[in-house]
Amino acid sequence: MNEIKQRGLWGLLGFSSALSSFAAIAVGLLFGFFLLLIANATDAAAGFRTLITSGFSDLKSMGQVLYFATPIIMTGLSVGFAGKTGLFNIGATGQFTVGAYCAVFVGVRFSFLPGLTLCLAALLAAMLAGAIWGSIPGLLKAWLNVNEVISCIMMNYIGMYLVNYLVIQTIYNHRHNASMNVLSNANVPRLGLDRIFRDGNIVSSANGGIFIAILAAIAMYVILEKTTLGYELKACGLNKNAAQYAGISAKRGIVTAMVISGALAGLGGALLYLSGAGKNIDVVDVLAQEGFNGIPVALLALNNPIGIIFSGLFIGYMTVGGFNMQLYNFSPQVVNMIVAVIIYFSAFALLVKGFIQKLGQREKQSGKEAGGE
Amino acid sequence: MSTVYFLVQQTMFFSIPLLIVALGGMFSERGGVVNIALEGIMVFGAFAGIVMIDAVQSAGIAINGQLLLLLAILTAAATGVLVSLAHAYASIHMKADQVISGTAINMLAPAFAIFVGRVINTRGTQQVRFEDWFHLEKVPVLGSIPVLGDMLFTNAYITTYLGFFILIAAWALLYKTKFGLRLRACGDHPQAADSAGISVYKMRYAGVMLSGVLAGIGGLVFVIPTSREFNATVSGYGFLALAVLIFGQWKPLRILAAAFFFGLLKAVAAGSSGLPLLKDIALPSYFYKMMPFIMTLIVLAFTSRKSQAPRAAGIPYDKGVR
Repeated sequence: MNEIKQRGLWGLLGFSSALSSFAAIAVGLLFGFFLLLIANATDAAAGFRTLITSGFSDLKSMGQVLYFATPIIMTGLSVGFAGKTGLFNIGATGQFTVGAYCAVFVGVRFSFLPGLTLCLAALLAAMLAGAIWGSIPGLLKAWLNVNEVISCIMMNYIGMYLVNYLVIQTIYNHRHNASMNVLSNANVPRLGLDRIFRDGNIVSSANGGIFIAILAAIAMYVILEKTTLGYELKACGLNKNAAQYAGISAKRGIVTAMVISGALAGLGGALLYLSGAGKNIDVVDVLAQEGFNGIPVALLALNNPIGIIFSGLFIGYMTVGGFNMQLYNFSPQVVNMIVAVIIYFSAFALLVKGFIQKLGQREKQSGKEAGGE
Repeated sequence: MSTVYFLVQQTMFFSIPLLIVALGGMFSERGGVVNIALEGIMVFGAFAGIVMIDAVQSAGIAINGQLLLLLAILTAAATGVLVSLAHAYASIHMKADQVISGTAINMLAPAFAIFVGRVINTRGTQQVRFEDWFHLEKVPVLGSIPVLGDMLFTNAYITTYLGFFILIAAWALLYKTKFGLRLRACGDHPQAADSAGISVYKMRYAGVMLSGVLAGIGGLVFVIPTSREFNATVSGYGFLALAVLIFGQWKPLRILAAAFFFGLLKAVAAGSSGLPLLKDIALPSYFYKMMPFIMTLIVLAFTSRKSQAPRAAGIPYDKGVR
């Protein structure tokens, strides 16, 4: 509470930062509307309305928003956690994929585990796999000075091919060219969410995973803001040399950050494939989109864990809107384009933020900027 | 012997686009701008080129196949430049994080190709089909040279020769011209370049635009020999080209070697069950698909301490910094 008094409520929420994210979102949405206009002017208005309102149109759609948001909140946390330590974890996709594989493998093969323990084991296996996958770029960066962006890109492809190979070798369903279905008790319990979020008899895919994602976000907040470890990691991110000088091991920080970051992405993979929505790992040579979507989620929230919950929900909301927009023959790819434009403009976020802060200073005259960050 | 010829021909199809795109990446990074948007620019270039070919072919215009291909290559190059300008503007003028802007373009490209593909396609599908008017059964005269003729001048596309031409031109441009020297200076020490009167912004724009030209062409060159339709993807070739660039340590001739090596692995992965020798070893094709990425990681691990990477790559140029 002291913090709130010091920085003001808006400052604590990083209001000027949030404003730049909203600006990026506005530009992205405008761009999307123009695309629809060019593609089909008569249906553009109706299509756009569907895109931005249908996520709230009924309880089932809201359930779907939760379902789509769960994995990307996790990959967003993964990208955000690494970002707090000054690392760009573009490898969330690879960590997500190996996590998904290990979770599904446990969910299919470990039939000797009774009840909920199977689900827990699968989630743990996913976190472990993601952590290992994340640790490699971390170790390479810490000890051999390898740029983590490049090594993460390499790890993404290695992970994707390896998982495709392992799925075929161990848990292959020939008929669907995908992984087998997991045992029913491997799925994350639905906790009745599917029955709350439904449209008549059509239930949504909402499940307990969203609570796990929110818990993970809170855990990340606590680690970053309330522990020595978090303090050290943030210090590494802000100024590696200064941190080193203060006796913080930057090397250990980098590896720790990548391990935790990988575990978060891996857990995201588990939560998607253990959602009970009948999703299997397809054996195709395409990187998982959920991993890349973590990047805009983290960017929009400026790596703030609580903000990531909301930006994840936002991207999930847009995904549902894009899905429903097919009613007007618009392809759901519009959403990806809007998200891409949002990422592009959030790359300018620092500039915009600086501009807003300057405006704020001018208004106050005093020059004492209260803004967060 | 015919197996060897076949393997060499296949390797060409896979290597040439890698070579062209990696050379593009080289210009961008030697100028000081990291370009992970290569993948996205390839998709844009391939899409524009193939749409143009499809438009001409379905309009029933009688045109020489090779001429049409050249026109398509120009279209792809122009598209590549346009897209690369978006990256250049963000990373040079706006001093944005170059990786983030690149990620945005990579995300935009396939979505754009699918969306526009569905709008312009009368069938309502995203795939853009084209007919192969470009295949060379045998190049006159050159195709009759023993061994070499069989490897390079039969069952080929002019894109192969274009690739070699680009390599020579790129090498000459980088090492034998004033432009090349200035570009390299901007990538290694922009402050020094600036104090010598070189406009760092202009040189970096030039580097990124060259990478746009080459990545755009590379996208088209990748699709033409290996497919009859474009389905909004270049299968991670842009990222593989990035690996080639690092494996080749940002130098044209080493990039050539790396591109051939990776292309060979790809060719082997594609045909590992059909090649007599490899059939006996029976390694899964995934092994060959993973190899380029694993080897790049290993090379990175061993070279990063004394890396040949341009020193200022990825750092926005700020006049005020000493």
